[in-house]
This record gives sequence, C-alpha cells and structure tokens, in this order.
Amino acid sequence: MPSTLYDKLWESHKIHDLDKDEALIYIDKHLINEVTSPQAFAGMRAKSRKVWSESSIVATADHNTPTTDPEAGVSDDLARAQIDALDDNLKSLTGAEYYPYPSNEQGIVHVIGPELGITQPGLTIVCGDSHTSTHGAFSALAFGIGTSDVEHVLATQTLALKKSKNYRISVSGCLPAGVYAKDLALHVIKRIGTAGATGHVIEFTGEAVRALSMEARMTLCNMAIEAGARTGLVGVDETTLEYLKDRPKSPSQGLWPEAVHYWTSLNTDEGALFHKSLALDAGEVVPLVTWGTSPEMVVSVTDVVPNPGLIDDPIRRAGFERALTYMGLEPGQRMQDLRLDKVFIGSCTNSRIEDLRIVADLVKGCRIAEHLKQALIVPGSGAVKRQAEKEGLDKIFIEAGFEWRRPGCSMCLGMNEDRLLPGERCASTSNRNFEGRQGQGGRSHLMSPAMAAVSALNGLITDVREYL
Amino acid sequence: MESSVSVTGQAAVLDRSNVDTDAILPKQFMKSVKRTGFGQFAFDEWRYLDAGILGMDCSKRQLNPDFELNQRKYQNASILFTRENFGCGSSREHAPWALSELGFRAIIAISFADIFERNCIKNGIIPITLSASEVDRLMFLVRTSERFIVVVDLAEGLICPQKGEAISFDMNESARKKLLRGGDEIEYTLGFYDEIKEFEERRRQRLPWLSGQ
Repeated sequence: MPSTLYDKLWESHKIHDLDKDEALIYIDKHLINEVTSPQAFAGMRAKSRKVWSESSIVATADHNTPTTDPEAGVSDDLARAQIDALDDNLKSLTGAEYYPYPSNEQGIVHVIGPELGITQPGLTIVCGDSHTSTHGAFSALAFGIGTSDVEHVLATQTLALKKSKNYRISVSGCLPAGVYAKDLALHVIKRIGTAGATGHVIEFTGEAVRALSMEARMTLCNMAIEAGARTGLVGVDETTLEYLKDRPKSPSQGLWPEAVHYWTSLNTDEGALFHKSLALDAGEVVPLVTWGTSPEMVVSVTDVVPNPGLIDDPIRRAGFERALTYMGLEPGQRMQDLRLDKVFIGSCTNSRIEDLRIVADLVKGCRIAEHLKQALIVPGSGAVKRQAEKEGLDKIFIEAGFEWRRPGCSMCLGMNEDRLLPGERCASTSNRNFEGRQGQGGRSHLMSPAMAAVSALNGLITDVREYL
Repeated sequence: MESSVSVTGQAAVLDRSNVDTDAILPKQFMKSVKRTGFGQFAFDEWRYLDAGILGMDCSKRQLNPDFELNQRKYQNASILFTRENFGCGSSREHAPWALSELGFRAIIAISFADIFERNCIKNGIIPITLSASEVDRLMFLVRTSERFIVVVDLAEGLICPQKGEAISFDMNESARKKLLRGGDEIEYTLGFYDEIKEFEERRRQRLPWLSGQ
C-alpha cells in the first residue's frame, strides 16, 4: 500500500503496538534546553535512573540567556540557576553534545541542529519546545514534548504515541517578489486557523515548496505548530542533500551514498492517502502581518484592522474585541499607519543567515526611524553570527541603528532581559503574538524579516514591496 | 501519577477560545527548576491587576474582578469548562502543573491542542471533548447556578451534571487506560527493555552513519 512520508517515519520507528491507537516509538535525537529540562533530570535522580543514550542528547541554553556581552554575566538569579542546573545535569553525561552558555556554538537549539548536520532525514527528534517542528523541513519526524516526556525519553529512549493523521498542503506556482516562507506560513494559518491541523502532521508539497531553500522550509515547518499540527514535513530532494553535504555531523564520505539512498526514499508514495488536503496557489500569497493576539488574526499589510461587528459567531466576536482592546486598535485603522516602538528580528522562525542577508540588503546605507526605542537583531546561533560578521552584515546593521546581539531566543518569548514593556508595539519576526508573549502588556505584530526591516526604517508597519 | 477514575466537584467556566499556554502560565514563572509552586500564578496576567514575580506571596495581590475564574463560586472548582483549542502554543508542562495545583482535575472543552492534551494526561488531568452545543448548554447551567456539581466518570465515559441527563463522552482508549492506570509510566515502558535494545541494535546496523554522529 502506498505510504505518506509520515507513515514511513512512523513505521520505521515503531518498536511495539501498545494499543490499537498507540505505539512505542523510538527517539533518535533529544534536544535539551535549560527551561523545560531541570524537573526531568530531578525526576531521574529521584528514582536513581540512568540516561538511556547519552549520545542521543544535544543540549544548549537558549531560552533565558542574555544576548548582551557575556562577560557581564547573567544578572537574573533565576535564569542563572537554570543555566547552572543545565551545566550540572550535563556534566556527568560525557557522551552528550553540549553547547553551554556562553560558548561559541551556543544558540537556539533549532538553529544549531540543522547547521551542524545533527538534523538528518529519517530521524525522530524531540525537544521540550513546541517549535521542534522546524526540523521537519529535513524529513525528520520532529515534535515538541512536555517535561514528563523529556524524562521518559531520557530514561527509555522512547515515547508511547498516538499516531497523528496525514494532512497535505500543496502549494503550486511561485511566491511573488516580497513574499517569503513566513508569509506562506501565515497564509496557511489564516486559511485553516490555529486549530486547523490539530491531530495531524502537515506535509508541505508542490512546486512552490520545492523552490524554497532549506532555511525557508524550516520557517514553514516551524510555524506548522501555530496551525495546530503536531509537526510539519517536507520530503527529501536535491535541496535537502545539497544542504546536508559536508556539514560537521553529516555522514562521512564513505557512508554518504548509502545515506543518500535511504534519505531519497523519504517521500510520499504516489497514491498515498491523506485524511485532509488543501491546495494553495503561491501567486495569491501577499505580505501578511498579524493585528491581534493569535497567529490566525492576520491580514494583508495593505489591509485595515478588521471589524468584529461583522462576525456572526458571538464567541469569535468576543475574542476579536478582546484582542483589539489588548492591542490598542480600532476597527478600520490601516495596518500601515501603526507606529512602532520596537523591532525584533530573530527567533527559531527567522534568525538564520538567509534571513539576515535579506534584512541587510534592505537596510544597507539607511537609518532606522528616530522614534524607535529599540531595534534588535539576534542571530540564531554562534555560526550564524560569525557568518554574518564575515560578510560584513553586522556593520550594515549597526550603521543603520540596529543593535547586533549574541544568539538566543531573546524577545521571541521575553524570558531574558529583551522584552516589551506594557503598551509597546513591536514588529517581530517571531512566531507568537499571544498576550504578554514578548513581555507583559506588549503588542506584537508578526511578519517576515523583510517586512520587519523596512518597518524599522519607516517606524511604521510597512509593505516591503514598496522597497523592491 | 495517581489514577483518575472519577472526579466529583464544582464546575467553573472560562468562556474563551484559543486559550494559550502562555496565558495559562506566563513565562516569567517558568524560571523555576521545581515542579510545584505554579498554581498561584495560573492565568497570572488575567487573574491579578499587578505584575507577578516568581516567589512572591500572591495572597495579598489584588484580583482582577473582571476575570471570570475569580468569581467566589468558582474558588474550589475542580472541573473547568472552556472552548476550542484550549492549551494551544508552547509545549510547557508548567501549564497543566499550574492548573492541577489550582485544583482542576478535569477539563471539558470543544477541542484541545495536541501537546497540552498529552501533558494533561501525564498529570492525571482528564481532558474531555464535547460538541459545541453540549458545552454551550453546560456552561449556561454552571453560570446560572450558585453551585454546580459535576461528576466525571472516566471508567463509564459519562459526565453527570447535577441537573439533567448524563452525557457520554469519547476518549481514545490509550489515554483512558493511562488515566485509569496511573502509576509510573517510565516503569511501564521499561517493561519493554529488551525490545527497545533489540530495535536500537537493528537500527544501528541498518543505518550505520548514525553511529558516527
């Protein structure tokens, strides 16, 4: 019977059928951060349990680490305690790969994994972080888990999982100029909603997806969770192989042909069945920007703030009204008239070198708006930072008035010092515009790095197409 | 984890869709390395008028009178009624830890986000989905009663409100078994020790490039 890519990944990791709807699944790689792991390690100690496979672990501190000069140390005692706990917990695990704060390789775990070649097709990858879906761009079955599951994987290298359903989103045509993978991701969420893919794994297919770089595919899969999906996937092709070649942890030359042979089988078979399908035309995607407090509250940048009065469903209408109040907006206001206080370019969604090159092209020789209180550019990893500096991008950013920071999750979730103050409005390349996400009372507008770049220059939410 | 055979208790209503885990337990409280102490900060930015700090004494903080869960009649609630996509967003298990500490043993919603639902089961909180019309009807009864008691019988798959007929609910078999069984899931999985070891060895042989990683 023809299988989907997800079916193949599932079957190849199935150890035992536990129930008619549940199986014990083997986990290849376990990414660990400082915030969602301490209780799991404590649980292991309490029961005197041994870590099953040290070599499956890749750990780094990213969520609450400062992005300023590391020599100043971590001033937040609580954050320091979590970073120290990670150091302690990894100390005895000599077989694990650990990139501690503030080493050269430390950064966002979802950026580090792919760039080191740790993320490979056909693997199962888990992490106590919902944006683990990012790695699905490589045909890896990658998803976020809670801390109890972190402990379960540490102790058993498995998870008892219910199989998700298959959802195919095929995108024909090609994305217009000024429209990026981030816009495509927001377009999907606008279309199906933040619960549209609940219970499903999304496989992105079609010529527009095939045309995307690995970095853009990562952005797309990263946001699959915001559509409710367990994860996102893209089948292996030449682009995947090209990216993986010669990465530090990629298969050695001798084993490369064998690996490639297996990896190229990781595509959906002709005629495989999907529980749900959606066909989209990339030519219809426009630059999008969120207006509200959920990623599905999103409109074209040329649009106005929607009017809840036009919504029939009273629950949905109340949600819109609450979002408008929180965001300090009135129905009918033009998105492009919204004045910004801060700009954040970074996060596991958009902090890779390609994102930074797009930003640099747009801001080169320009200055950010005078009234902005802060415009941050936070590279995803040490490697991204070094590459950007090698290309001179850091100088372009600094001359334009941006702050060039050290890698980390930073203002995406505001666990470190980088955050919004109450009422501050921010153009952000991150993934969530929830209430308080980037700082209590902060107002986030999600958009592509290109849109955030020109919005920083203008000080207002701005259509990047005017700058092309 | 304790087994969750049935829950009898006061019901409360949080009449919103898409309640995300950032709202259930804001990130400033995730800096704890412990599994406990989160209940007092559940829904912090909606529940209180001031900004919360981890470790503070919440008993003196001013409650937001407009937040529906702050109503006096809901203070000892153990069953929460809410709407679509409850628990969306971040995978933080701190959200169900906080809800559990706040006293909730069952959550009845139109739908749940996948990771949150799984995290609930891991913590003995029973996640139940009902149709929008059933949720509407029960929410109305809870809201208009001074005290509304509901019995959730997991073994029978029944919700018995103090008024009206019992409602049956579906739950996937593996989730129901896990909740009924309780206990240490790791211990249970380690029962498959030999099978896991054999699988691992076969995988190593078939995909030799993984060993060098």
